[in-house]
Parts: sequence; structure tokens; C-alpha cells
Amino acid sequence: MSTSSENKREISQILKVLEDRDTNVVVDDPLENYMVLNMGPQHPATHGVLRLLVKLEGETVVDCIPEMGYLHRGYEKIAEASTYMEFIPHTDRLDYISPIANNVAIALAIEKLAGIEAPPRAQYIRVIGAELARISSHLMAIGAMAMDVGAMTVFLWAFREREKLYDVFDLLTGVRFTTSYTRIGGVAQDMTDETKAAIEKFIDEFPIHHHEIEKMLNRNRIFLDRTVGVGVINGETGLEVGLTGATLRASGVEHDIRTFSPYLVYDLLSFDVITENDGDCFARYMVRMREMLESVKIVRQALDKIPQGPIKADMPKKVLPKKERIYTKMEELIHDFVLVNDGINPEPGEIYSAIEGSKGELGFYIKSNGSGRPWRLKIRSPSFCNLQALPLIVKGQMISDVVAIIGSIDPIMGEADK
Amino acid sequence: MKEKIEEKLRAAFGEDILAVAEHRGELTVGVKRDRIADVCRFLKEDPELSFNYLSDICGSDMLDFEDLSSRKSYLAVEHEHRPEPVPNEERFEVIYNMISLKNKSRVRLKVKVDGESPVCPSVISVYKSADWYERETYDMFGITFEGHPDMRRIYMPEEYEYYPLRKDFPLMGVPGSIPLPRK
Repeated sequence: MSTSSENKREISQILKVLEDRDTNVVVDDPLENYMVLNMGPQHPATHGVLRLLVKLEGETVVDCIPEMGYLHRGYEKIAEASTYMEFIPHTDRLDYISPIANNVAIALAIEKLAGIEAPPRAQYIRVIGAELARISSHLMAIGAMAMDVGAMTVFLWAFREREKLYDVFDLLTGVRFTTSYTRIGGVAQDMTDETKAAIEKFIDEFPIHHHEIEKMLNRNRIFLDRTVGVGVINGETGLEVGLTGATLRASGVEHDIRTFSPYLVYDLLSFDVITENDGDCFARYMVRMREMLESVKIVRQALDKIPQGPIKADMPKKVLPKKERIYTKMEELIHDFVLVNDGINPEPGEIYSAIEGSKGELGFYIKSNGSGRPWRLKIRSPSFCNLQALPLIVKGQMISDVVAIIGSIDPIMGEADK
Repeated sequence: MKEKIEEKLRAAFGEDILAVAEHRGELTVGVKRDRIADVCRFLKEDPELSFNYLSDICGSDMLDFEDLSSRKSYLAVEHEHRPEPVPNEERFEVIYNMISLKNKSRVRLKVKVDGESPVCPSVISVYKSADWYERETYDMFGITFEGHPDMRRIYMPEEYEYYPLRKDFPLMGVPGSIPLPRK
């Protein structure tokens, strides 16, 4: 059987090339009927720079190894060298689809560590910002997932809506993309009546366009064939492997940080935690679709209830003063100088604070030794945790379903790689 | 709830629960290194506590924790507690964050790891999700988890010699330490 051994040698050579120096693929049995396929890091369906090594038998996935780190920028190390305030802009670049939610998460964590509470108006503005960010993120997830399975139109519709949202963010924060909107103890600028009107206009119109997407996909034969029963994971296994956010709720687990440990003013607003029971790609799509309407509901209530008042806490030793006062008052000038250069010096101790980000539980663990810079800042990123379940979900599926499954998990590599 | 967790852990493990601290309303339980997997299993399987979700594992390097000299303190903030020096036998910490969906509560476990040969037992037999969290901790701090089936780096290249989040690793990195891809 000389041909067979030649074949084997050839295959092992191909495997050698695939296994470059960053990756060790352990192939137990390099028989002729297995094929190792390298997918990514430059692949349109991996939503960034995720790399997968997929072992195939025919068209069926036998094993899958995700490789991370292509977007690793060392944010945790940077955090240790910057003051608490300086780190807020870096969080924009974590989950760059919903930057305001990240800003809110880091601000809440720092405030918990330093014992600051933002005034009610700022809290409402944060809720509005975070929920609009969730809509923006879910639109992106649904649009990209639909495109991955062949529905280009929905992608364009989703982006049209996101464009309107970016205009709203522009009015609210002054920036479209990397917002850096929160400050320690409040938000950067107040929500004007013009902004409020723009948000109201958006949430009035959005359900109509939401319904258009529903009409396009919910009973679409092709979409259903590609998603129903594909990539099933049950709730128990999901909890076991650390799924979080919409991906976990699609498996029937009612876990949402907004109700688990209410932060900001979520306990004053009424909304439902959306769950689906099937745990497949279609269920994950449905959870996102329905959650967007819940977000609209939350934003509407928040706009009704938002009180007048200050947007930053009145704690001169911890919270930056107003710009115009810095230019006119000596005391404020000194405080501004000290806060920017020295930082806020929280008491030694450690905290963990999490919010329900658009991908799931976005948490920050911060340890302080009493100086102006965090001793240790750990980012608990939901995309990283969700990706961990990917090998389990794709096992036994067809190769073409891998893209649908990645789309339905909705990982953002900026966040997963930190 | 916090009292109950403390009470139950002390009853079941006695001496092996080293310290219980509370800061900003959060409970941190120091555990003897070799018992961490047992404590996790106890927390997970106890029907009343049922901490069934491991939210996060992270490491921390406590080298020169007490050193505030680099801090330019214009404000001259004097805190009640000053940080204390940490001996080299306890240089690293591994921190576990658990969630109980049933009780809507969190608990944080902490294990001290030796600075010379940083080794810690793996909890992957209790929580499957510990897989990548432990790999990340290994990648960043060089703490090896005993019993982990696939102890590889997760972000940095496999042959990278340093552990970037250690305090003695320079912020700017080590020039030339990441090789260019082979042609």
C-alpha cells in the first residue's frame, strides 16, 4: 500500500503548513477522510479577526479550535498605567458596536470603588444611552447574521437604522462612534430638548422598521431552513460553559443583570426579560429582535420619567468640575489639575461591577491600593465567554452552518481579545 | 445571604477558610490553595447556595503592592488602611467570581499562589467554563493550573517568553520579543 503511505505523508505536510507557529492542532488520527480547514482571521463571516481551525469529515464538523489574540492590545496593562479617568476612552474600543454601554459599565465600576453616586438625571441619561446602544448592537448582529445566511437586504435596512442612531449619538454625546460619554460621577454633557426630540422621533419610527425586518425574515423559508434547529445548545450546558446575554436567554435561562442585580434606575422601569426555549440560531435571532422592542419600551419610560437636575455628582475631590468654572474659579482650577494629574485615589479594596451589556454580562473587577491608578483592572468580556461555547455548538453541524452560528453568537473581537 | 455563605463555608471547611472580607458590600473569601476545587464543588452543589455559574477567573500580581512612591500625590489623600507588603510566597492571587442564579447573589473566592513556582489546582472539573479563564490567567501571569487538559497560551504566541501582566514586565513591552511571521 505505497500510495496510502504517500498520501499520509502528503496530508501531514499539508497539516504542517496549516499549523503555523501560533497554533498547535492535535490531530489524533490524520486519516484520509478528515480535512482540516483554516477559517479566518481574515474572513468576512468571522466578524473581525477570529480564527477557527475546523476539522471536517465530509461536510460535517468533527472538531473546532478557536484561536484568539489577533486583536490583543493589552488593555488591562494599559489600565494599570493610566488614571481611572484616562481609561474611559479605551472602553470605547472594547465592544465598538455599543460604546456607550461600555462607558456606563466602567463608570459604574469606578463609582462603586470610590463610593460615588451619580445624580438621578445622569442615571436616566445613562440608561437611555445604554439601551440605544443595545438596539444598535442587536441591529448589527441581526443584519450581519442575515447576510451570512444570504439575506443582503436586511443588512442594508439594519444599517439604515443604525445610521439614524449614530445621528442621535452625535447629538447626545458630540461624537458618532467612539463616544467616551460618561465621566466619573455623571455624564459629559446634558441631554438637550433637541436631543430628546430626536430620540423620541427615533423610537416612534423604529417599531415600523423593526416590523419590516420581521416580515422579511420570520417566515422566510430560506432563513428558517438555515437557522431553525441549527446550533442547538440547552440551558444547562450553556450555564456550564459560561454563555451569557442573549445567547444564554435563547436557551431558556432567565438571567439578565438588569433584574439579577439592578443598577442605575432599572428597578424603577418596567420591562420583560426575553427568553426563548429552543436554543438554536433562530431562537437567538428572536431574542435579539424582541429585546430591541423592550429597549424601545425602556427608553420611552426613561424619557417620560427623567427629572431635571445636575448631571454630575457634587464631590469636588472626586468629580471633575464644570468647564466654565475651571476658567473662572481658582478652587475649581486646582481641583481639575489635581484630578487630571493625580486621579481620584479610591480607598484600598476590590470590587466587581457588572452591567447587562449588549452581548451579555460586561463586568469590571478593579483592585485599588489607594493610588490614582488601578492596581489591577480585569475586563470580563461577554464575547470571550460566548466564544468559549462555540466548539461545543458547532460540533456535528455542517460546515456552512458555522457562519450562521458565529453570526448568531455575535462575537466582537475587540472585546474578546481585549 | 452573606452570613449564610460564610457560616456554611466555615462549618464545612474550618481552618481552610483563611480570611473573609467585605468591601462595598461584596464578600471575598480567602481559601487555602489546595482546597479551592473542593470549595467550588461545595458552593456549586449545596442545594441552598447553588452557585452554579462561574462568571470569571482572574489573576493579580501583588509585587510591591504597598509601594505608593510612584504616586504623585498632590491631594495628599490619607486612607484609613494603608496597603501592606505581600511576601513572595503569596505574590500572586487567583480570584474566582461565582453567581447563584437562584439566590441572585455573588461570591468571590481568592487563592494565594507562590511567586517562585506559581501553581494552582484547576477547577475545570467543577466548572467547564474555567477552561479559557484559566488559560488566560496562565497567559498573563504564568500561573500553571494543575489538572487543566489544555494549558496553552490564549492571546500571546505560544513561544512568547514573558507574562505581560506581571508587575515586573515593562509597560512598553520587550522590543523584539514578538517574532515576525515566518515567510
